[in-house]
Amino acid sequence: MSPEVLVECAHISCAYDSAFVVHDVHFTVRKGDFVGIVGPSGSGKTTLLKAVLGAIRPQSGHVTMKPGLRMGYVPQVESVDWNFPVTVLEVMVMTRSKVGRRPRITAEERTAALEVLDRLGLGGLQDRHIRELSGGQQQRVFVARALFHKPELLILDEPTSGVDIRTRHEVLHLLADLHDDGVSIVLTTHDLNGLAAHLPRMVCLNREVIADGAPIDVLTSEVLEQTYGAPMEVLLHEGMPVVLDHGGTDVAKRVGTLL
Amino acid sequence: MISLVGGVFTPFNYQFFTNGIIVATIAGGLCGLLGVFVVLRGMSYIGHGLSHAVFGGAAASAVMGINYFVGAGVWGIISGVLIGRIARRRLIGADAAIGVVTTASFALGLALLNRYGQAQKSIEAVLFGSVLGVKPIDILAVALVTVFTVVLILAFYRALLFATFDPEVAEVSGVRVAWVEALLMAMLSLTILVTMRVIGTLLISAMLVIPASTARMLTNSFARMLWISPLIGAATAGVGMYASYFLDTSASATIILTATAVFISVYALAGIRGRSRIAHVHHV
Ligand SMILES: Nc1ncnc2c1ncn2[C@@H]1O[C@H](COP(=O)(O)OP(=O)(O)O)[C@@H](O)[C@H]1O
Ligand SMILES: [Mg+2]
Repeated sequence: MSPEVLVECAHISCAYDSAFVVHDVHFTVRKGDFVGIVGPSGSGKTTLLKAVLGAIRPQSGHVTMKPGLRMGYVPQVESVDWNFPVTVLEVMVMTRSKVGRRPRITAEERTAALEVLDRLGLGGLQDRHIRELSGGQQQRVFVARALFHKPELLILDEPTSGVDIRTRHEVLHLLADLHDDGVSIVLTTHDLNGLAAHLPRMVCLNREVIADGAPIDVLTSEVLEQTYGAPMEVLLHEGMPVVLDHGGTDVAKRVGTLL
Repeated sequence: MISLVGGVFTPFNYQFFTNGIIVATIAGGLCGLLGVFVVLRGMSYIGHGLSHAVFGGAAASAVMGINYFVGAGVWGIISGVLIGRIARRRLIGADAAIGVVTTASFALGLALLNRYGQAQKSIEAVLFGSVLGVKPIDILAVALVTVFTVVLILAFYRALLFATFDPEVAEVSGVRVAWVEALLMAMLSLTILVTMRVIGTLLISAMLVIPASTARMLTNSFARMLWISPLIGAATAGVGMYASYFLDTSASATIILTATAVFISVYALAGIRGRSRIAHVHHV
């Protein structure tokens, strides 16, 4: 028997102005999933995540959620207003707008928030303004905000974009730990080799779902060409698929000859 | 010496001027408070649009013999909530639509006053504000709106902060963002309504932007902005009103210039770090 369904998007299509940016997508998230959604810029990854969250309503099809499902959302770093005058602690506590409405942060809230921050290696940063953090710390503040509500499903939009390799490792280890603790995870990424290929399941999206399954099955030249619109070669390295980006290798070759 | 002290207090010998200073000070604080939301959402055009819409409502209610607060208030709240709705959907051309509708409302107000109003004087009073037009009921009105606003902001502090900082996530976390925004627009409309007779239609949007931008340069905390900005607003409005008596200048212009002087001083002293905090604030 397959695990419990958390969210099911049944043949959804989403549009902002007129054209569908997500078209006839069927996507199911089950308990225990760790899914990476890949696709070129503008392929509808963020839109699909927002539909899963319930932040946007599809034009056709429907999204059903397990009743009472607790979700946490970590937005793309670029979409956050880093100039906004809030501290790390304020970012976390503002989400508890039902329990405590008023400005004062209670002792329990503070303790609970500091516990999560400590766990993410952000101990001592609670009173920093969000702009006065490194890229990896900024990313983790929003993971902390999401975890503050003990979500069953964590949704992250490009958690490794714009961060250095070390930070990427930190984020990936953190997510793997959370997954081991039973949190289901859906994320989007541009990073095929560094991230998506290591996950148990990946989805190739370009307005429509091109492929959905284990990386070893999904990562083929045909699927990638259909997803990215450019030919890509896939090699097997110690049983792992590795994608060769020809655009990239061409540049590397040319730089090589220049040197 | 006695005459000098007497001179300093002369304005207070006039009941209308005392009333004017009281209203201006409270109004400045109120604009400063709501200005925090206006500035952080980068929606200063809304203050501009709303004041023009309220002007139309004020003129229409004057012509139809309806009480100013009732007529312009209803008009202002309706247009405020509508403008908020349109702006939130980020439709292409929403800015233009808001601009057209509010400017039309303003033009309609002007035409009505031309046609049916008493004199040029009343138009000038609505456009630029008038300390002479301040009545005791204005003190009551501005005080009531201030209490109402402060209570609402304290009661819904986190929802307001969340919806301002991150509306999408706030929505999925159970904050009724549409309601929060309607509430905010209603508070803004009421604020414009009760301060318009002192500060005037044309300069009120400046009072919604300058104190909050100044406060933003001084602090990195939303909570602190919420009291620094009203303090700056109240102080500059009170001082500006008082100074206008001696300078024999328009009260609203003097208030805005005082606030601008404070803004420029803080800007000069804030250093790069302080200044960069308002770099993203558009339409200042
Ligand atoms: N708020 C919006 N209003 C209008 N168009 C949008 C909006 N958000 C995204 N789009 C458009 O929808 C398409 C898909 O965007 P998105 O889901 O953000 O893709 P991705 O995350 O894969 O880069 C893009 O063409 C983008 O321009
Ligand atoms: Mg995206």
